[in-house]
Amino acid sequence: METKVASVKMRNITKSFGPVIANDRVWLDIYKGEILALLGENGSGKTTLMNMLSGIYYPDEGDIFIDDKKVVIRSPKDAFAHRIGMIHQHFKLVDVLSAAENIILGLEGKLDLKAASEKIRQICDAYGFEVDPDQKIYDMSVSQKQTVEIVKVLYRGADILILDEPTAVLTPQETEKLFAVLRNMRNDGKAIVIITHKMHEVEELSDRVAVLRHGQFIGDMLTRDTNAQEMTNMMVGHSVTLNIDRPEPVDPKPRIEVRNLTVRSIDGILKLQDVSFTAMSGEILGIAGISGSGQKELLEAIAGLQPVEKGSICYVEEDGTHDELLGKDPLRIAEKGIALSFVPEDRLGMGLVGAMDISDNMMLRSFRKGRSIFTDRKSPRKLAQKVVRDLDVKTPNIETPVSKLSGGNVQKVLVGREIAEAPKVLLTAYAVRGLDINSSYTIYELLNQQKKKGVAVIYVGEDLDVLLELCDRILVLCAGKVSGIVPGRGAKKRDVGMMMTRLGGNSNE
Amino acid sequence: MFEAILSFLPRAVSQGIPLLYGSTGEIITQKSGNMNLGIPGVMYVGGICGVIGAFIYEQSLPSPEAMIPFFAVLIPLLFCLLGSLLMGALFCFLTVTLRANQNVTGLAMTTFGVGFGNFFGGSLVKLAGADMPYLALTATSNCFKKTLPLAAILNSWGDSIDEACGKMGVFGDKLGNVIDFIFDAFGEVLLNYSFLVYLAIIIALIASFIINRTRTGLHLRAVGENPATADSAGINVNLYKYVATCLGCMIAGLGGLYYVMDYANGIWANNAFGDRGWLAIALVIFTVWRPNVGVVASFLFGGLYILHMYIPSGMNLAVKELYKMLPYVVTIIVLIISSLRNQRDKQPPQSLGLPYFREDR
Amino acid sequence: MNKNREPLFHISKRGDMPWYFGWGVRAASILLALLVCGIISSLVTSENPIQIYGTIFDGSFGSVRKFMVLLQNIAMLLCIALALTPAFKMRFWNIGGEGQALAGALAAAACMILMKDLPNIVVIPCMFITSILAGALWGAIPAVFKAKFGTNETLFTLMMNYVAIQLVAYFSVVWENPKGSGSIGVINPLTKIGWFPDPSGIKTAIGDFLANGWIADLPFSQALENLFIKSEWLFDILCSKYTVNIVIVALVTVGMYIYLNYTKHGYEISVVGESERTARYIGIKVDRVILRTMLISGAICGLAGLLLVGGTNHTLNADIVAGRGFTAVMVSWLAKFNPIWMVLTSFLLVFLERGAGEIATDFSLNASYGDILTGIILFFIIGGEFFINYKLSLKKSSKKEEK
Repeated sequence: METKVASVKMRNITKSFGPVIANDRVWLDIYKGEILALLGENGSGKTTLMNMLSGIYYPDEGDIFIDDKKVVIRSPKDAFAHRIGMIHQHFKLVDVLSAAENIILGLEGKLDLKAASEKIRQICDAYGFEVDPDQKIYDMSVSQKQTVEIVKVLYRGADILILDEPTAVLTPQETEKLFAVLRNMRNDGKAIVIITHKMHEVEELSDRVAVLRHGQFIGDMLTRDTNAQEMTNMMVGHSVTLNIDRPEPVDPKPRIEVRNLTVRSIDGILKLQDVSFTAMSGEILGIAGISGSGQKELLEAIAGLQPVEKGSICYVEEDGTHDELLGKDPLRIAEKGIALSFVPEDRLGMGLVGAMDISDNMMLRSFRKGRSIFTDRKSPRKLAQKVVRDLDVKTPNIETPVSKLSGGNVQKVLVGREIAEAPKVLLTAYAVRGLDINSSYTIYELLNQQKKKGVAVIYVGEDLDVLLELCDRILVLCAGKVSGIVPGRGAKKRDVGMMMTRLGGNSNE
Repeated sequence: MFEAILSFLPRAVSQGIPLLYGSTGEIITQKSGNMNLGIPGVMYVGGICGVIGAFIYEQSLPSPEAMIPFFAVLIPLLFCLLGSLLMGALFCFLTVTLRANQNVTGLAMTTFGVGFGNFFGGSLVKLAGADMPYLALTATSNCFKKTLPLAAILNSWGDSIDEACGKMGVFGDKLGNVIDFIFDAFGEVLLNYSFLVYLAIIIALIASFIINRTRTGLHLRAVGENPATADSAGINVNLYKYVATCLGCMIAGLGGLYYVMDYANGIWANNAFGDRGWLAIALVIFTVWRPNVGVVASFLFGGLYILHMYIPSGMNLAVKELYKMLPYVVTIIVLIISSLRNQRDKQPPQSLGLPYFREDR
Repeated sequence: MNKNREPLFHISKRGDMPWYFGWGVRAASILLALLVCGIISSLVTSENPIQIYGTIFDGSFGSVRKFMVLLQNIAMLLCIALALTPAFKMRFWNIGGEGQALAGALAAAACMILMKDLPNIVVIPCMFITSILAGALWGAIPAVFKAKFGTNETLFTLMMNYVAIQLVAYFSVVWENPKGSGSIGVINPLTKIGWFPDPSGIKTAIGDFLANGWIADLPFSQALENLFIKSEWLFDILCSKYTVNIVIVALVTVGMYIYLNYTKHGYEISVVGESERTARYIGIKVDRVILRTMLISGAICGLAGLLLVGGTNHTLNADIVAGRGFTAVMVSWLAKFNPIWMVLTSFLLVFLERGAGEIATDFSLNASYGDILTGIILFFIIGGEFFINYKLSLKKSSKKEEK
């Protein structure tokens, strides 16, 4: 470590969004000729920290030094001037333009696509990329687009590359290729930061690893000096006792049976592979996994919103008859009593209409009821009032548009509506995303009530501590496969953490 | 038959030129993501401003003989450009700076522009004190209509060849006649136009070149396709939208000027320009946003527009009205086919008609 | 994010504002626009502004006839605006109102011409059916392509206008009357087949009845007749030849308000318009909603065409809709797609147009003067929307951020 030169030093970096502190006095060094893995759970502040290097955000406090000179980075242009380039999870490419045109977008000088193509070829040859400069972006696969983004950054002369979860959208083969390229670049003396929460990637690729937890810098060490267990410990921390109520399931019976479910995204990437499990009535089945492991696809497949490659999803009636859900219209599935409340990252857009008021949003599920051509406004109003009262939604009145509510209150409205349908199966994803402690407990309490009523609850969560205390069983997903199903009572946080990051955890390998 | 084609082609061209100006302007505008449905209004404003300029100049002269052709052309030209520039700036201010709905703003501009043209046109007619319901600026128009001498040169070449051939007996005489005829026809169809016609073609070709081959064009396309990406690449999105839209309006305004000063022989009559502005917008779709294709396509549209005069329909006048439908039907078919084939590079700019607000990202 | 050059002010979305704030801003922009219009008019006519406003007012309320023309014009504009509204609420930019109304007008005229030997009781229902179907067809064509292939609806509906215009021009020649005129002229002027019943006969009948009927023998008949003569203007309004149109449009207005706000269809339209993703998520069939809504939109446009032909003009020409298809876009948008507010916005635009027309005749200006005033008002209102949705603040927050 002594022989390396620190290319970037971040000192005391603090950034908060409203009341949420995303980064709390973080120190981080990035060295030339080294691949640094920035490790941390969802929401630990990895992306925020790197966004401040690449000029998307500006830190509230703290200093950034590049080659020991203090610098100010206010925009992506400034970042480029300091030879920093970041490849975001969401690509910033213009679809109808060619690779070369995208790569030189925003640069000055005479347009010379030939010269640009030549330079692109040189970069590709140097690092082993395969980019056709004339190919249009819309003709490209995700991995090709990512390659274009990397070349774009290199074309601008970046010596410091930041990649935000680059493997999330790649197949294993593509990931291998990317890693080979990154190693080449490291050997070329570039400083590389890769944001990830996948342990095997860290072990395979990185020279050094730095861990963030809850916005704080936990520590860094050479990868060869550490092991997966230690890293997981640093990442997840000690178990926190939350004291969530967990009643024993009463008379659990199979309700949803999923067999060998395989789902592919439109881009042809395997999202779920051979997933099998049974959800029981009267219990909460937790689904753990790092984000993008197939949670969304799993729930959408059950709700009939996701095309399935193969497998079966059966709804088991009270009398034990099996009813295949695949191929059924989402409406029919909903009528069976399967309710889905998915809280997407932007909170709105799925399941709620931002511009409508709470009462109208309550109607989204129920407005078809009855044969009248008119909508029934009374019961949604009553329901809205009930949800606002029961879940303590902070709103001036029920005529307030949902988009004007704070995030937590939006979620309460969504979850409250789905529960109000008296479902047989309740699918809920990220129900407490961004909520404060008290609101979170309200939601847990609601889920428990449903459980006591005999509903089969499937709870996709981000926080391991919560999963461990709330769920009767926990299904751990890893890269679209079932890594294991463990009983919620007595499970160790570290074991589950290991299962999340590598198939089957330590014990199976 | 041949004679008919010979007289048809130049008329198709001169019908097509206002459309070419309008569509080139609108393509540049739409490439920046702004859908300016005010183009018909802008073309009216361009036309009437040119008329106002010409009227002022003509009135300021002691006699028509004192007219200096250079100023007779320059003054209306500047008035026209200024008027359409102001319209473009208004559209941008409302839609880019104030983020108003582009469709509504455009339609309001069309209402305003057509009204503006007809109001001042009507008022000038009254000021001129003519008995006729139109205003004739024949002297100015003559300056605009000066054709390049190319056709005449060609014609004289043909004549001399004919003369030379004539000395070679009967067969030579025939041959000479044919050659002369070809030269004349060639000159008539291709070269017998005023400068605004050539300017329209040159502007369209330059626009095509800039959009496809220069960095400015690349940035412009990026702004129209994906302003957020363009913004993050350090491109000034609003500046591009402003410049493209204002420039587009100025070019479209020239179409109005050409119509009055050249096509209509300097005669302004209210509503004479008709719905050519909408036809120009149709042309934008028809050419799939390519100004260079617009050069040929505008002549085709011009031809379709006057085709009914050349179709031997006998006494059946009604069918002529159906022929006038052709440009629109063809445009609809192109629109459908391009969405059917779903070729990505033959689609409207992706963020066409949408306002861009950085904090919405 | 480029903060190298600090902008002078910062634009941000406004938070929750009370409803009257928005309408206050709109009223202020209208007043400001009227002020500007007044100033411009005084400059053009060199008349004092009070006089100008008086003239504008006169244009609409100067006489019973002017008032009725005002109402009729409002009704027609409103009808098309109402038709476009469900499409707009769905974020389907139907600017083909002109064409859809023309299609309806064409169908109505066709019925009147082709069935001229049949009684009204057959012809008028036929006119209703065919023109509504024709309008619906004209609206549905772009909708099908939008739903199936995502064809750009703004451009498609725009082009459909001109196809309709030429179609009407074609039939104007086919059915020309008298021969060689190239236009249709008044259809069935003698038999009045296909003409909507003219209630002005009722007024005459009542007057006649009061003067000569058995009631004339009663003791209070003189008083009744006097009352009638004094309130003749009221009967003029109630029994004008425009009354049928106005009543129909009033019904459509109420109907559309209910449709959009209280029915399941209306609710689906709102959901699709606000968030297509959510609509699919909860199982709304978006394609079907688009098609159904455009059928309705086109049908009501067709109805407007019918009212123009059967109710007032009794003829057909390519200019019969008179650009209302475009003006209606603005009427609907300015009212934020609320049918009740649309009564006001269409009143505002027609009032101005009539007023400007009055100025034009009084001061012998050009009739297009109204378009200029309309344009100015629209620009002010369009610009004013910005201040409802966004707020300008001096750049302070970012200074803080950057210390």
